[in-house]
Amino acid sequence: MLSITSAPWPWYVAGPVIGLFVPALLIVGNRVFGVSSNLRHVCSAVLPGKLDYFRYDWKRIGLWNLLFAAGILAGGFLASHWGASQNVAISPQTRIDLAKLGIHDFSGLAPREVFTWSALLTLKGFISVVLGGFLVGFGTAYAGGCTSGHAISGLADFQLPSLIAVVGFFAGGLLATYFILPLIL
Amino acid sequence: MSTERPKDQKAAGQAALLSYLLLGVCFGFTLTKSEVLSWFRIQEMFRFQSPRMYEIIASAVVVAAASVALVRWVALKSISGEPISIPPKSLGRGIRYAVGGTIFGLGWALTGACPGPLFALVGNGVTVMIVAIGSALAGTWLYGLLRPRLPH
Repeated sequence: MLSITSAPWPWYVAGPVIGLFVPALLIVGNRVFGVSSNLRHVCSAVLPGKLDYFRYDWKRIGLWNLLFAAGILAGGFLASHWGASQNVAISPQTRIDLAKLGIHDFSGLAPREVFTWSALLTLKGFISVVLGGFLVGFGTAYAGGCTSGHAISGLADFQLPSLIAVVGFFAGGLLATYFILPLIL
Repeated sequence: MSTERPKDQKAAGQAALLSYLLLGVCFGFTLTKSEVLSWFRIQEMFRFQSPRMYEIIASAVVVAAASVALVRWVALKSISGEPISIPPKSLGRGIRYAVGGTIFGLGWALTGACPGPLFALVGNGVTVMIVAIGSALAGTWLYGLLRPRLPH
């Protein structure tokens, strides 16, 4: 018997549940599922400057989404404290490939050799967290959406711009995986 | 009666805001239990060494598409009373989607997380991702600054 607190959920539970957030948000308040807009809302609230892109009523447009994001954080906390935590059982081949690149700690959700405060000022930590985060913010703003807004909401609505964006997501991801990670890890 | 109305609307608005928070909690829980927030899973996906992430994304899109089609077919209104609609994104020259998408993809593989998972990871105790969120804010702000000069 599958327990909702046991990890990982099989794909045929995880995928459909993720998909259901699209109709849930539409039904609650005609909101389109997408997380990256929150980065824009925070900029608009904190440091709009004289930039047109940030000059709008962020409370009216984005308060719902900021609450959604705050919920995501709380949900992650809840999930990590509820049910047995376990390591991510990735394929043996991925483990071998990553070990060749110098990843040896496979415990937790992300390798501790890279994603800890003490690793932040190493080359791999800085590029992964600081540069990676920067590219996530710049790229999603430029593309007008991320995995949730384009890959889930946009594709579900058969929007061509979202398909182009998703092809871009994978092009960028493959470039980083095969050409950048081998240099920095 | 008419004096009651603004108050009712305000209460309804607050209830809706609370629902977004709760839906967010459910989403953060889902991201964690499905492991899609894990750097390891993202690497496994980009190395094509397990169908898992593709199965998750594909089934999410199918369920979302079927739900959106159903919502349209029955012309459902939202609880807030508006007709439900997903605004179409304008294609333009498509450059923003191809180039912006690729830039995001680079960041996705480097951090091992897209924006939703960044928040969920902080909740999971990977607190260094607060820095990644700060960087992402800086990236978004720089886009706002450069926007008039970038091809879209």
